[in-house]
Amino acid sequence: MKSLRELAARLARQREWSLVALILLLSFGVWLKAPQFLSAANLSQVAILAAIIAVAAIGEALVVITRNVDLSVDSTIGLVAYAVAELLRQHTLGVTGAIAFGICLGLVLGMINGGIITLFRVPSIVATLGTLSIYRGFAYLIAGGGQISLSDLPAEYIALARASVLGIPLYVVVAAVLTLMVSIYLRQTRFGRQVYAIGSNPEGAAVLGIRSRLVVFAVFAASGCLAGLAGVLWGAKYGTITAGAADGVVLLVIASAVVGGVNIFGGSGSVVGAVLGALFLGLVANGLTLSRLSQFWLQAIYGLVILVAVAADAAIVRRLLRASAERRRAITATEAPQP
Amino acid sequence: MTTPVEVDQSPRTAEASMTRPSRASAVSRLLRWESLLVLVLVVLIVGGARVSPVFATAQNFSNLTVATMEVGIMAMPMTLIIIAGEIDLSVESMLGLASAVLGFLWAAGVSLWIAIPVVLLMGAAGGLLNGLLVTRAGLPSLVVTLGTLALFRGLASVVLGPRAISNFPGEFTAFGFGNVPGTPVPWPLVVFVVLALALGTVLHLTWPGREVFAIGKNASAARYSGVRVARLKTCLFVLSGAVAAGAGIILTSRLSSARADAGQGLTLAVVTAVLLGGVDIFGGSGTLPGVVLAVFTLAILQNALRLADVSTQLQSIAVGLLLIVSVVVPHVVIRIRGGSR
Repeated sequence: MKSLRELAARLARQREWSLVALILLLSFGVWLKAPQFLSAANLSQVAILAAIIAVAAIGEALVVITRNVDLSVDSTIGLVAYAVAELLRQHTLGVTGAIAFGICLGLVLGMINGGIITLFRVPSIVATLGTLSIYRGFAYLIAGGGQISLSDLPAEYIALARASVLGIPLYVVVAAVLTLMVSIYLRQTRFGRQVYAIGSNPEGAAVLGIRSRLVVFAVFAASGCLAGLAGVLWGAKYGTITAGAADGVVLLVIASAVVGGVNIFGGSGSVVGAVLGALFLGLVANGLTLSRLSQFWLQAIYGLVILVAVAADAAIVRRLLRASAERRRAITATEAPQP
Repeated sequence: MTTPVEVDQSPRTAEASMTRPSRASAVSRLLRWESLLVLVLVVLIVGGARVSPVFATAQNFSNLTVATMEVGIMAMPMTLIIIAGEIDLSVESMLGLASAVLGFLWAAGVSLWIAIPVVLLMGAAGGLLNGLLVTRAGLPSLVVTLGTLALFRGLASVVLGPRAISNFPGEFTAFGFGNVPGTPVPWPLVVFVVLALALGTVLHLTWPGREVFAIGKNASAARYSGVRVARLKTCLFVLSGAVAAGAGIILTSRLSSARADAGQGLTLAVVTAVLLGGVDIFGGSGTLPGVVLAVFTLAILQNALRLADVSTQLQSIAVGLLLIVSVVVPHVVIRIRGGSR
């Protein structure tokens, strides 16, 4: 068991550092081609967009580590973004109140997912596929084909996207603090270890007395809550919001987690990796724009990045496994003649 | 302690271990599931006829089937793939890529007699890529096809850009929304029925069909029993790619317009139809007739809601609810009967 855990940890570490190296390399390449890449305006633009995806990707990573998947994040982001904007337009709530409402709405949507999955033992991919269209339907229902534009929203809300703390964009600070908190929580607490235990061996976790259903419920609630926050950030950043907001973003969120080394079969991966994955994908999009390559290539490149990331993962795992098997064979060979 | 753990490392066995505890008599459950679907279908037809006088007309029947045939056609190979314990999320993008390439070739002056086979071959090649990545490289199909979902859509927009090609010849567009002469049966329905009969026969009456179930139940046991798991799975992905490309041709013909963003979001509808048809998302059980019933149930539900002036938004809520309920109900029934573990 120990070697397995070491293996997973080693893989995760390797992935994080190789991602950091890739991010630096890509940045350098883009900078060579387009020097304006390093301008403060562009860097903060990249970081802010990546931060929104990263917040949602933290939640997705938690869910995927437990061997589940949350496909409903983009509908949650869209519904929350629209609901918050609608409340602000009608002056029902103040900015703080509306933000709190948005996060709570996300939490409730996540709890609905978690409830369906744990109470009725519905596979998460089915349940969230269903709520993906249900939540989006609600967004269209309250929007009724309408659109909220920048001028409808209070200035303080829009200002969030431009605010900065000590020169660092507020969005980036929020994403960084959340990454740090969730990361420490996963590593240092009993609950955090249980998240990994459930994903790596569900039967074993049950034998150990881990209340899997409670933990799974909690990670879905957390994912909904984080998607709600991402929705709040999304609304303030884009200003123009329709019921179709954030449509298809779930692909980007899951891709971030996968590129960041979170194993789709659960049990291994880290939140830091998922966040770095979001940053990497954001850089790819920005690099494409700056080097004046056609935007039409973006989706195709995302697809290739996902395929390369999983293929690399599988190759590394296979190599490590072979190495550890050989080591074990060597050990048994030397031990054999002793008795 | 270490040896069994080592065996468990392949992603495919990890997936197999996700299988839920087997339920009381799978065969009788599935039979009941299909009779339930027939009941729902009858209720919907009776309800639809009461909602609107238009509903029970041949013209409406033709409209509602033609609008749903791309989903139905793609659901057929998807049924086999999900029963084999895999999934193909890339079908909607392959549909879009097929539409884009067909439009591109036609705009470049290539005859449709050449363009259509080329597009079908391209679909098979895309499916082969999925299949090889899943079986030879041992990657999880969920992630592989998520990758090709983005890749194929990206290639579609690279090929065609934002333009739409629409000057197709009349004989081609007639295939998409025309009927078989003298009947209210649209051509795409004929394609669907032929595909359903062929795949239903293969799945339920032949040796390879049994192997598909065996793979879905327990891939490593199937492999040790001499089933060529990798080859069969690759074939299923190739079939799925080619059929998705065919659906792209049909959609292009029906709308008489080729666009790179054709069919966006259809994978959701396809997977919904398959699961509503009683196929287990973890593989190993399900029937093709069930999925055919589910395709028509969804089509009639949407048509009836549209005729009842229910907005499309509410329709998507209804479809999502139906999907969840279809999985929750059997669970609750089994629990009430005391079949829960």
